Amino acid sequence: MSITKEDVERMSILARLELSEDEQSLFAEQLSEISRIIDSLAEVDTEDMDEMIFPSELGNVFREDTVLPSADPEEALSNAPDREDRFFKVPRILEVD
Amino acid sequence: MVREAAEDRRGTPLRLNELKAHELLPMIRRKEVSVEEVVAAILHRISAIDSKIRAYITVAGEEALKKAKEADARLAGGEPARPLEGLPVAIKDNICTQGLRTTAASRFLEGFTPFYDATVVERLKDKGAIIIGKTNLDEFAMGSSTENSAMFPTRNPWDLKRVPGGSSGGSAASVIAGEAVCALGSDTGGSIRQPASFCGIVGLKPSYGLVSRYGLIGYASSMDHIGPMTRDVRDCALILGAIAGYDSKDSQSYPGELPDYTECLVPDIKGMKVGVPKEYLDEGLSGTVRDAFMKALDKLEELGAKVVEVSMPSLKHSLAAYYVISSAEASSNLARFDGVRYGYRATGSDDSMTMMAMSRGEGFGPEVKRRIVLGTYVLSAENYDKYFGEALRVRSLVTRDFREVFEVCDCLVGPTSPTVAFEAGEKTRDPLEMYLSDVYTVPPNLAGIPGVSIPCGFDEEGMPIGLQIMARQYNEEALLRAAYAFEQATEFHKRNPEIEKYTKEPAGGEMSV
Repeated sequence: MSITKEDVERMSILARLELSEDEQSLFAEQLSEISRIIDSLAEVDTEDMDEMIFPSELGNVFREDTVLPSADPEEALSNAPDREDRFFKVPRILEVD
Repeated sequence: MVREAAEDRRGTPLRLNELKAHELLPMIRRKEVSVEEVVAAILHRISAIDSKIRAYITVAGEEALKKAKEADARLAGGEPARPLEGLPVAIKDNICTQGLRTTAASRFLEGFTPFYDATVVERLKDKGAIIIGKTNLDEFAMGSSTENSAMFPTRNPWDLKRVPGGSSGGSAASVIAGEAVCALGSDTGGSIRQPASFCGIVGLKPSYGLVSRYGLIGYASSMDHIGPMTRDVRDCALILGAIAGYDSKDSQSYPGELPDYTECLVPDIKGMKVGVPKEYLDEGLSGTVRDAFMKALDKLEELGAKVVEVSMPSLKHSLAAYYVISSAEASSNLARFDGVRYGYRATGSDDSMTMMAMSRGEGFGPEVKRRIVLGTYVLSAENYDKYFGEALRVRSLVTRDFREVFEVCDCLVGPTSPTVAFEAGEKTRDPLEMYLSDVYTVPPNLAGIPGVSIPCGFDEEGMPIGLQIMARQYNEEALLRAAYAFEQATEFHKRNPEIEKYTKEPAGGEMSV
């Protein structure tokens, strides 16, 4: 597989990751190189194999739905880049006409 | 035995870079040395040599001394010493420490101070260990040389021109340089074992779920592990015992009963069946590492182990599966770094979507961005089955191959890494070259089985070489027993780098008791 600059740009939008033109070109080149080893996966016969998500046999883990103490709001806000009262503050999220 | 070793030292200076936890702890318990003396000596050592090694991102000197004084006061008051009372440990900087900056070596988290401890940190503190500081790593643990740190690269204490390995390079360097007695690292594809090999120490990646990941800044959750990095196998067993065990805060935590790991340290492997996967001796293996490995096999046979060659064809596809799965999981895990609740926020945007994309673009380094792009690519609808699905099926195959081999073998051995520590800058331009350094360490992460690297030789330039031992899931006992028997029959773990030559001032290498 060859990964193009356009692929990288598309992925960067999906991943909300701003990349410069130079980064896009460089990553396209490097990822095309890396894809040489990744493409070798197609050679493997995995017909009877299941997809293995976790290397453990625990499966889904349930617990009782009991209320436990959670973070203190002041602590939770202690690393906030910006805040107002007891809220995280961000630039606008809605279009204003 | 421990008592004798300690008593032999009485009246002679205690060399920090030879100090083991199992020797130090009884001395503290018997009040032959105060905790404050130990911590002060370690801090002195750090201030004398760390400007050359650069193992630490943050040194918690004041807090460590305060804790040391508190411990001494408690001991003086007749309180019994806790199991790790006064033990100076270093913590990799992607493991959260309450009130102590935790950066993951990323610009994004440069100013981040967690308000809670990771479970492993809480357990170490509860047992009396003292956190000396936070060690350098490749940003978010993505790398094999610690050169991807956004802070600075760490140097290999055996040769400052070379890398210490990675991503737990700071932890490995701190231990061999005598800047900590023990350290914690994390391992997603070899990040404990490969730097342990490059720095000549013991590094263990436990079975998946044996040690809680709560408070570890996640990279690839299905392969992330925390484990000990120590000067010898006994310390490794000691620290593993202190941090292992069920934790309700980690949904994949292993709920079973655990043994006392120090009890399996019996130097007897007569009749133990040791498999050598022939795929570990491929064309990528350097001559010097091969020679040292072959000698290690002779030694294991001499000790009574039965060495057999095995074949696991799926191993050759492990690295490909690993990069697909780890990048996919990373792209998902790192979505949390959005500049909203903590970490870096870019300025100059007037809407939130742009703010997030800019913050991530400015806050992450190149390797992290590259893996996010690759991860997003293999998870995209048109590629999902071809790459991600296929990688997960290959993972099943690797796990099945391990299971079958462990039906006939008690453990498997191989070299930890194809080469000794390489020179700084040698592989930074070519990510693929760098990835190949992990080729022998990724299979245990895919399968969730334990692996340990122990010193097994030195090349002609004096650089350490590591032997990797692997065992069945949750059979850390077989692993430690084989590692201990090998270590006790060899001298490699006793050799030390000459740190003193790097500094004009006294390097704080000795402490009189």
